[in-house]
Amino acid sequence: MQMATAKRVILGTPVFDGDAARIGYAINAMCFSFNNAANRQAFLEDEDAYCAKFNLTPEQRDAVRQRNVLAMIVAGGNVYYLAKLAGIFGLNVQDLGAQQTGKSVAEFKQMLLDQAKGI
Amino acid sequence: MAKVIGGIFTSHVPAIGGAIAKGLQEDPYWKPFFDGFKPVHEWLKDNKPDYVVTFSNDHGLNFFLDKMPTFAVGAAPQYDNADEGWGLPLFKSVPGAPELSWHIINTLVEEEFDIVTCQEMLIDHALSIPLELSWPNSNGYDFKLVPVGINTVQHPLPSPKRALALGRAVHKAIESWDEDAKVLIFGTGGLSHQLDGERAGFMNPDYDKFCLDNLPSNPDALTKHSALDIVELSGSQGIEILNWIAARGAMGDGAREASRNYHIPISNTAAATVLMTTDHALTLA
Ligand SMILES: [Fe+2]
Repeated sequence: MQMATAKRVILGTPVFDGDAARIGYAINAMCFSFNNAANRQAFLEDEDAYCAKFNLTPEQRDAVRQRNVLAMIVAGGNVYYLAKLAGIFGLNVQDLGAQQTGKSVAEFKQMLLDQAKGI
Repeated sequence: MAKVIGGIFTSHVPAIGGAIAKGLQEDPYWKPFFDGFKPVHEWLKDNKPDYVVTFSNDHGLNFFLDKMPTFAVGAAPQYDNADEGWGLPLFKSVPGAPELSWHIINTLVEEEFDIVTCQEMLIDHALSIPLELSWPNSNGYDFKLVPVGINTVQHPLPSPKRALALGRAVHKAIESWDEDAKVLIFGTGGLSHQLDGERAGFMNPDYDKFCLDNLPSNPDALTKHSALDIVELSGSQGIEILNWIAARGAMGDGAREASRNYHIPISNTAAATVLMTTDHALTLA
């Protein structure tokens, strides 16, 4: 299908568009299910079975197994949904940020604080 | 006729809910943010709205990617908060205003906005936190809510120009509502922040200042950028400023800034709280 306009690339910045929404449907659907506490428990009890139930693609399953956020995003994960998965592991958005930027959590938090300089 | 008395614009970071639950308002990390609500609380003592009309985005609580409306208007008799996946304590339910909702819906469609209507709608932290921040520890809300949802999650997103026009059409609906009622507008989310990708942690105080300086008197200035321009300037979640732009439109002409607070960082976010008032407000903050 022809694109209305060429895709815009913004460095280091995922744009969750129709293509991502299509390829990411399964992993995002699984994450959406985590709004329910019983589902979070079911995932913790048998991660393989839970991922299989949502028909995760092999890329999505690997990314979840490795707890690799950037790989989840490449496989179509949207961060608003992935944040629910991260919560199961007790991870917050600083933990996610540190992992994605290759920093320690302390370094990432310092980078956030440093941006207050000069405002 | 109903009148807009003011607008409250604020960030809605989920961690703020955690700080409220733990009572961290005076904690050195949180105090600079919570202090931004002191003038809001003063103003709300004299300015009690009958209705609150809000603009925010859902974060995967009420909507999933199976159906993703660009603009959605709530028409429910009541709005409940629910577990967003983190098992946090739930926020209060808010009474709805189905009659005003349908008047807004009718007006919007007349104005050629082809919106989705929701007779059931869960509200997430994007609404619950700003309401709790504005009326902390209340036993319940005395106003009735009409929530407007804007898609800031799945591109293509509405343009800033369209968001402003939507807000202006909501204003027209409010002004034509045949009841002597006071209406307060909320716009939530932002300011600059990015949770995902190698650029996670990005903020842009210069762009935020541009928004804060122009929003009261010249909101059209914010429409010179496209949605993707704003993603680049403000981060992939900084685009939540669309909610502020629509909310500003819903205030009508002649809004002025009564208080402004801007603080970096709250979680990964450049956090802001702004109170704007109109000539229909009882007192100036
Ligand atoms: Fe948000």
